[in-house]
Amino acid sequence: MVTRHKMSALLREAPLFQDLDERIVDLLAGCATNVSFDAGEMIYREGEAAKQFYEIRRGDVALEIFVPGRGPVTIETLHEKDVLGWSWLIEPYRWHFEARALTRVSAISFDAICIRGKCESDHELGYELMKRFSKIIVERLQNTRMQLLDVYGHI
Amino acid sequence: MGTFEPMVPEAYRVRKVIRELADTYTLELESVSGSPLHYAPGQFNMLYAFGVGEVPISMSGDPSQPHLLTHTVRAVGPVTQAICASGRDSVVGVRGPFGTPWPVEKAVGKDVVIMAGGIGLAPLRPAIYSILQQREKFGKFVLLYGSRAPENILFESELHEWRSRFDTQVNLTVDSASGNWKGNVGVVSTLISSIDVDVSNSLVFLCGPEIMMHFSILELIKRGFSKNQIYLSMERNMKCAIGFCGHCQFGPTFICKEGAVFRFDQIERFFRIKEI
Repeated sequence: MVTRHKMSALLREAPLFQDLDERIVDLLAGCATNVSFDAGEMIYREGEAAKQFYEIRRGDVALEIFVPGRGPVTIETLHEKDVLGWSWLIEPYRWHFEARALTRVSAISFDAICIRGKCESDHELGYELMKRFSKIIVERLQNTRMQLLDVYGHI
Repeated sequence: MGTFEPMVPEAYRVRKVIRELADTYTLELESVSGSPLHYAPGQFNMLYAFGVGEVPISMSGDPSQPHLLTHTVRAVGPVTQAICASGRDSVVGVRGPFGTPWPVEKAVGKDVVIMAGGIGLAPLRPAIYSILQQREKFGKFVLLYGSRAPENILFESELHEWRSRFDTQVNLTVDSASGNWKGNVGVVSTLISSIDVDVSNSLVFLCGPEIMMHFSILELIKRGFSKNQIYLSMERNMKCAIGFCGHCQFGPTFICKEGAVFRFDQIERFFRIKEI
C-alpha cells in the first residue's frame, strides 16, 4: 500500500498533473491507487460503468471496439505517461470502447466517484482537471480525424 | 554514354520485380547500354512506359550501386499500372536523375529523424541506406513510420532488420488494426513524443501525404524543432522534370527543379495555400 505522501510524489511525475498546485495533487492522491494488469487482460469493457481512469506508468494498452464480422479492431494504443479513459468525466459515465493490456501494465487508478465528488465541492480542482482532460480529448479528436482522412489511401 | 540529354529516355531492362504490397511493386532496372546512373538520395527519375506515358518516381534503392536502379511504384493510374505490370526483361524508358537530394551530408555529426508515411518510405530508403553505410558519422538515428494498416507496411523485412540494430530506433504505427497486431495504433505524428534526440542538433527528413506532413510538422515544432531543421519532399504533377513546362509550379518554384526536397522554412508560406 502506497502512502498518500508517496502517491502525491508519483502524481507529480505524471504529465497530466505537471505544475498542479500541491494541495490539488494531494486531493487527487486521496482517490488514487496503484494497479497492474497482465498482458492480454481486459482493463475495462464497452458499456460498463466508467468508475476509474488511469495514468499508465509502464506498458502498452490497446483501445478496441468489436466490429461484427471483423472482430476486435484496435483504434488507438496508449503508452507510458498516457491517460487512459475520459468516460468517467462525462455522463452517462459508461465506457465507449474496450481497453486491453498489450503488455504487463502498471498504472495509477483514480476512483471516478471520489474525484467527481471532490470536483463538485472544489471547483478549482474541477477546473484544473477539465482543462487538462479537454486538452487530451482535443488531441485525440484531432488524431482521430486524421485517421478518418485515410491519408495513405490517396497518395 | 554521351552527353546527358534530359528529354531523351534511355532504355532500361527490368531485372527483377518485387511485389511489396497488393498495389505496390519494386522494379530493379539495368541500363541496356550498361552505363551507371549516379544519383543522390531523394532524387527521382521520369519512368516511361512506352506507348502509355511517363511519371516521376523517386529512387528507392541503394545509391552506392549506380548500375542497379531501384524504383518502388504504386499502381494508381494507367502509367504506373503499366510500369507495375512490366515483366522481367521488359524495357522501360528512364530520364534522370532529377531534383534535389535529402541533405545527408549536412546531417553528419547530428541526430537524424526520418519520418515517413505510407509509400513515402520509398523516397527515404536511399537516405536510410546512406546513413547506415556510414553510421559512425551521425548521432542518434530514428525512423518513424506510419501506415494505413499492418498489411500495408512497406519494406517490412527491412524495417525488422533496421529495428534489430543497436544504433537505430525504429517506431511504427498504423491507423487501424485488427487481428494479432501488437504494435502501435495511431497517427504517425503521435510517435514524435517518443523520440529521444538532441532537438537542437538534429535534422528531420519527412515524406508522406501532404496532410500527414502538415500535422507532423506541427508536432515537430511543438517538440522544439526549428523550421529550418525540417526537410520534406513535395509532390506535384511533374511532366518535363527540367523546369520547362510549368506543370509542377509551386509558388515561385518548380518542384521538379528546386525540389522535390525542400527545407520547410523555404516553402512554408505556400505550404497550406489551397490549389497551389
